[in-house]
Amino acid sequence: MAFVNFKKQEVQIKIVYYGPGRGGKTSNLEYIFRKFKEHILTELVTIKTQGDRTLFFDFLPFDMGKIAGYAVKVQLYTVPGQAMYNSTRQLVLKGVDGVVFVADSLEAMRKKNFESLKNLQDNLKLHKKSIFKTPFVLQYNKRDLAEQGIPLLSIESLEKDLNSQLKVPSFEASALKGTNVLATLKKIIVLTVSTIEDQLK
Amino acid sequence: MDHALGSEQLDKIDNILQTDLMALSVHCVVLLDMAGNIIADLDNGKAKFDVYSLAALAAGNFGAVSTMAQMIGEEEILLLFHKGKKENIYFSKILTDFLLITIFGHDLSLGFIRLKVAEASEKIEKILGA
Repeated sequence: MAFVNFKKQEVQIKIVYYGPGRGGKTSNLEYIFRKFKEHILTELVTIKTQGDRTLFFDFLPFDMGKIAGYAVKVQLYTVPGQAMYNSTRQLVLKGVDGVVFVADSLEAMRKKNFESLKNLQDNLKLHKKSIFKTPFVLQYNKRDLAEQGIPLLSIESLEKDLNSQLKVPSFEASALKGTNVLATLKKIIVLTVSTIEDQLK
Repeated sequence: MDHALGSEQLDKIDNILQTDLMALSVHCVVLLDMAGNIIADLDNGKAKFDVYSLAALAAGNFGAVSTMAQMIGEEEILLLFHKGKKENIYFSKILTDFLLITIFGHDLSLGFIRLKVAEASEKIEKILGA
């Protein structure tokens, strides 16, 4: 639910990073924050447990310049990935404009990826949104671990599991190293903004 | 567009917040939707925090309390109050989708703030509900 303020000529868009626990959602935001720290006038807001897991959400707002004369304020959120925090995920998804699904490439995480994607679909339904109509980007994270000989799911297998029906843009990434983190962000912003751009003109 | 307010509506809301709340020497008022988007915000010029982060946390906080309420069989929570050593935060729900946050010091009593926020909320409801 992008909010357009005609008085300030400003539009606020909400992008949520979703995915299984320990998949790298917070690492994406931390990389973006480090990379653009000089241009982001606020701190990365995080609510974590003692074990350094996301308890509620992380939040990173930044200005993206102007589109059709409107200042675009992008607001990035993560959700807690752990299964028990579903009610929190439902809260964070309220008013979402675009979703990045951060899948964990570890072979052992295949089932968790699938469950999390199904959970996202169900939670979007609660907000009367369809996963097929929401701007959406897939990110296959932790690809760098292959260099250490850790068994990873192949891209073909991830595409088949997660993207055979969605058919959305996908990126191989390493949130820790920053590989394709910005490409993922750029893509979701372009997709999200293009859905509301016509209405700003 | 899911959600948009015209300049005239926003001007009216700003005026209400200014006249009914800022004029009492509250430190800051923010009107937001439950997704964390800011609709209007005014402060006394001394606020040093990022209002977008505050709004995101406020929406999350109020949402969490509302979910807790449902779990214990309460239909909804209409207001919420946090007391600090220097600053207090008062949350008040407007219609089903909006939240008004008022930040004020100990020079104003909670009862007085509740009364004035209720008056302002009633006026804002008419604009948002129109």
